Amino acid sequence: MLSNSSDCLEYVEGMITEKQASQTITEILGHYRKEGKNLIPLLQEVQTRLGYLPKEALQEIAGFLEIPAVEVWGVATFYNQFRFVPLGKYHTVVCMGTACHLAGGRLILDALERELDIKVGETAEDGNFSLERVACIGCCMLAPVIVIKDRIHPKMTPFKVEEALIPYKQEAQGELKERKSKSKT
Amino acid sequence: MTFAEIYNKAKTEWEALQKSSYIVIGTATCGRAAGALDVIDAFNNELTRQGLKVPIIQVGCLELCYADPLVTISKPDSLRVVYHNVTPEIVPRLVEGYIAGDDPCLELALGTLEGDGGGTVYIPELPRFEHELRLILGRCGYIDPENISHYIANGGYSGLDRAFKMSPEKIISELKKSGLRGRGGAGFPTYQKWELCRKAKSTPKYVICNADEGDPGAFMDRVVLESDPHQVIEGMIIAGYATGAGQGYIYIRAEYPLAIERIQIALKQAEESGLLGDNILDNGFTFHIEIAAGAGAFISGEETALIAAVEGRMSTPRPRPPYPPELGLWNKPTLLNNVKTFAYVPLVIERGGDWFASIGTEGSKGTAVFTLAGKVANSGLAEVPMGTTLRELIYDIGGGIAKDKQFKAVQIGGPSGGCLPETLVDIPIDYDSLREAGSMMGSGGMIVMDEDNCMVDAARFFLDFSTKESCGKCTMCRLGTLQMLHILEDITIGRGKIKDIDLILALAEDVKVGSLCGLGKTAPNPVLTTLRYFRDEYEAHVLEKRCPARVCPELTMYYIVPDKCDRACEHCILTCPTEAIKGEKGEVKIIDQEKCSKCGTCLEVCPPEYNAVVKLSPVSLLPSANLSEGRAIK
Repeated sequence: MLSNSSDCLEYVEGMITEKQASQTITEILGHYRKEGKNLIPLLQEVQTRLGYLPKEALQEIAGFLEIPAVEVWGVATFYNQFRFVPLGKYHTVVCMGTACHLAGGRLILDALERELDIKVGETAEDGNFSLERVACIGCCMLAPVIVIKDRIHPKMTPFKVEEALIPYKQEAQGELKERKSKSKT
Repeated sequence: MTFAEIYNKAKTEWEALQKSSYIVIGTATCGRAAGALDVIDAFNNELTRQGLKVPIIQVGCLELCYADPLVTISKPDSLRVVYHNVTPEIVPRLVEGYIAGDDPCLELALGTLEGDGGGTVYIPELPRFEHELRLILGRCGYIDPENISHYIANGGYSGLDRAFKMSPEKIISELKKSGLRGRGGAGFPTYQKWELCRKAKSTPKYVICNADEGDPGAFMDRVVLESDPHQVIEGMIIAGYATGAGQGYIYIRAEYPLAIERIQIALKQAEESGLLGDNILDNGFTFHIEIAAGAGAFISGEETALIAAVEGRMSTPRPRPPYPPELGLWNKPTLLNNVKTFAYVPLVIERGGDWFASIGTEGSKGTAVFTLAGKVANSGLAEVPMGTTLRELIYDIGGGIAKDKQFKAVQIGGPSGGCLPETLVDIPIDYDSLREAGSMMGSGGMIVMDEDNCMVDAARFFLDFSTKESCGKCTMCRLGTLQMLHILEDITIGRGKIKDIDLILALAEDVKVGSLCGLGKTAPNPVLTTLRYFRDEYEAHVLEKRCPARVCPELTMYYIVPDKCDRACEHCILTCPTEAIKGEKGEVKIIDQEKCSKCGTCLEVCPPEYNAVVKLSPVSLLPSANLSEGRAIK
């Protein structure tokens, strides 16, 4: 799975370069002490800044904390929060908590997979959408909910999923056109 | 500054606020999800447009989540009016009406916070408040969680001030008198943990607040932390003082960014006020609190696993004893309590153990905080004295079942708890009665299910969660739950055999015995309780290949009743996401069962005057002509 991260670097547009990533990681490490308890905060900050955990980051953190890289890898893969491929520009989260499940959460997930043409856990090849399921975001009275780019969409139905995605799809297409026309000129 | 000086300053600020006009908007996660931030923007725009200067105060959750976004307009010498389901569109009316003018716009209001003796709804007299007793939710939704003065002016930190005048032993004996039991789910007597930690010889000692609320469908801790974070911090400082610890950690899940932000602010303000940090209130006692953000693992709610997570390791539990008060964080004595347990502590110290013990039942003292969600009419939070019945909670507070459906079951305690049927809704809510019925108090998440929910599917859902969240340490938990899940999956797709039911019962016992921690020991509970109370549903799936609630997709099909279908209408054809419905204008519509994704959109959009789409289970009920026609079309 680690190799995925470098594959993604190539195809996802707007990605930071390896050099930039390395600078960011060095800067982050400068704020922490060499204590084991800082492993998870370090991983969290790298992910917040870079959007995911590149292989290099895991190795640098291991070197910094003077622990085996396999231990860093073990912790990073143990917790649900960490990911090793970049997220899409419009990161979409489906809540699969109890209330959402009872209100048809699985149908919402099906609809999103169908509409975005990606499976849960994947990022689309053009880097626009990514889809993730979470256990519960604690908005049970609005079930079933999805979150697109940090905006909560309440009381979804498969039909409303289609509608909710339209503005984001349009925005993505608009930007594509803009970039193409820019590259022509 | 002495506490009296801090209090007077806070009180002056609070009273000055009460003498002015101000707008209160609930911006906890639930309010935000319902659009509260857009409402704030709308108020700001409208106030600027009209040249008015009225402060907007962002508060937490008023626990009436079904009515979010909630806005309260407060004016001196006038009624405080609470408006519900506020949208940006109605904001200009509210500003024009009640802020600029004197029309309280009661037609848009949920009610008032003061009685006017007239016809308006007086919120404290809503039926739910006959049952509620708000101790730790008392300030939630009324005070600004980002302003420590609001907390102090409303009784905050006076428990700490009082604790400093008591000996640590006296504090622990008050806790003993109070009968307070841990609110994380297991219900261990709080004083015992404190006493063990106090008596432990080794130093330094630590205090940890468990805010890893991982149970899907429970959000009480989030609401407490987002609405009134200081009471938890105050409880932790008292715990530090009583046990001799100098450092505290709040372990909170990363999925709660707003709660983390609000605790950070609260910690900073407490330090600036001299209520946290070095030499607190000049009493010579030093206590610091740090936040440890969880990274998403349900198992981290288990105390030894949580300690591993704070240490920066994989969150896996270890055998107990020794318990954390003897051997905890970095092998030092550690007191670990839930968010709500800490929140009760200042109240117990301030008002006394006897007062707390006077509320509740023989074995379970005080109040219980529940989230009500699922198919209940009024979702939200409730705080009720222990011993309140499930019926009171669901029907009087929750307003009964939404859309006039039939009540089927209530799941208490999430993936570790159990589903209780209607015949048990009159049992009192306390640790022991719930355990006897096969469920548990858990953290307090309560999910109501109606006739449209399949109990086999519900059990499968919880087991799927436990299987995914098992840390993998114990074989029975890692693989036993997976085997149980496979059996349940077979049942939900119609491949179950009758002997599977006995097999799953036997496996459930093995998983319980063969697991080290609470996750594995309780993971079979949802399956065991649904089998105990809803065995007929399992048998229908197995013997008749029928899902009585028509939920399980493999056992259910959608069908358009030809006689009811209005041939001119094309709602279903136009909205079907998989283009599974065929039929020219003027012809009966037919569903191509092979293309159908069973999303139910056709049933949703079919106009109620036709009501032509039905769900059928078992699949054999589908007229064979329809099946072949559907195939022919393809």
